[in-house]
Amino acid sequence: MKTAVIQFPGSNCDADALHAAGNVIGQDATFVWHTDTQLPDVDVVLVPGGFSYGDHLRSGAIAARSPIMTAIRAFADAGGYVIGICNGFQILTEAGLLPGALTRNGHLHFTCQPVRLRVERTNTPFTSAYTSGQTVTIPVAHGEGNYYADANTLDRLEGEGQVVFRYVDNPNGSLNDIAGIVNDRRNVLGMMPHPERAVEHLLGSADGLGVFQSLLSRVGA
Amino acid sequence: MQYKAKVYVTLKPSILDPQGRTVERALTHLNHQNVEGVRIGKYIELTLEGERADVEAQLRDISVNVLSNPIMEDVRFELEEQAVEQSA
Repeated sequence: MKTAVIQFPGSNCDADALHAAGNVIGQDATFVWHTDTQLPDVDVVLVPGGFSYGDHLRSGAIAARSPIMTAIRAFADAGGYVIGICNGFQILTEAGLLPGALTRNGHLHFTCQPVRLRVERTNTPFTSAYTSGQTVTIPVAHGEGNYYADANTLDRLEGEGQVVFRYVDNPNGSLNDIAGIVNDRRNVLGMMPHPERAVEHLLGSADGLGVFQSLLSRVGA
Repeated sequence: MQYKAKVYVTLKPSILDPQGRTVERALTHLNHQNVEGVRIGKYIELTLEGERADVEAQLRDISVNVLSNPIMEDVRFELEEQAVEQSA
C-alpha cells in the first residue's frame, strides 16, 4: 500500500499520518506538497489535520482550492481511496468531495480529548477491520467539528449508509452525532477524530489502527 | 474603471451561531434586555478593475465560490465605482 500525505502550510498532523501509514503499518508513505499538480503513483491519499492557511476565511477553504486538489479530485473520480482527517475532513467538504460542512463547535470551545465512537459501517474500504457496532476510543482536537448538512443531504447520508463513525457522547453538536462519513461511492472518507494519533498502545489507544489495516487489506501490500 | 466591492457573509438562519448567541447573552447581562437575534458574520472588502459587467460577474463568482460556503452561509455584495485620481 502506497500512501501520499498531503502537506499544506499549517498542516500539523502530517508527520503522525506518515508515521501511522508508513512505519506502524510498514508500508510506503510519502509527503506531497500542496503546490504540486500531480500525485505520485499511490493507492491512498491522506489529507491530514492541522490548520491549513491558519483556518483563515473558513477552515479548509483555501486549501480546498490549492493546485494539488485538482489531482486529488481526479484520483477520487478514478476510484482512488482518499481520507481526510480533521482539517482534512474540512478540506474535503470545502472541495465538494464530501457533502455537508463543519461549523463552530456548539459550545465554542476547542475540544481536545479522547472520545468514544461507534463504528456504524464495516462495508467500506476504511472500516472492514472493525466489527459493526464496535466502540472505539480515538482522540479529537478541533474547534470547528460540528457537522452540518441540510435535511435532504442528512436523509440521504443515513439512508445510503454513509455515516461510518458516530460519537457516543457528542463533543461538538454535530447533527445525528456524525463523526465520519463516506461519499456515495465509498472511496472517500472524512472524519473529525484522529485515527493516526491512536495507532500504538503507548499513546493510550491503538483503536485507530483499524482504518489503516482496512485499507491495507483492501489494496494489498 | 476601478470598483470597490463590499461583501457580506452571514450564516444561514438555520445554522446555529454560537458566537452570536454568546454575545447576545453577554448583552443581556449588561442590562440590554431588549436586544435579541444577534448573528455574527464577515465583512470583506476588495477592489477590482475592469468593465462593470465583467467585474460584477467576477465578484459574484468570487463571493459564491470562494468567500462563502453556500452550504452554511448566505452572501450579498455591493459594488461601487471608485474615483481614480487622474494623473496630469
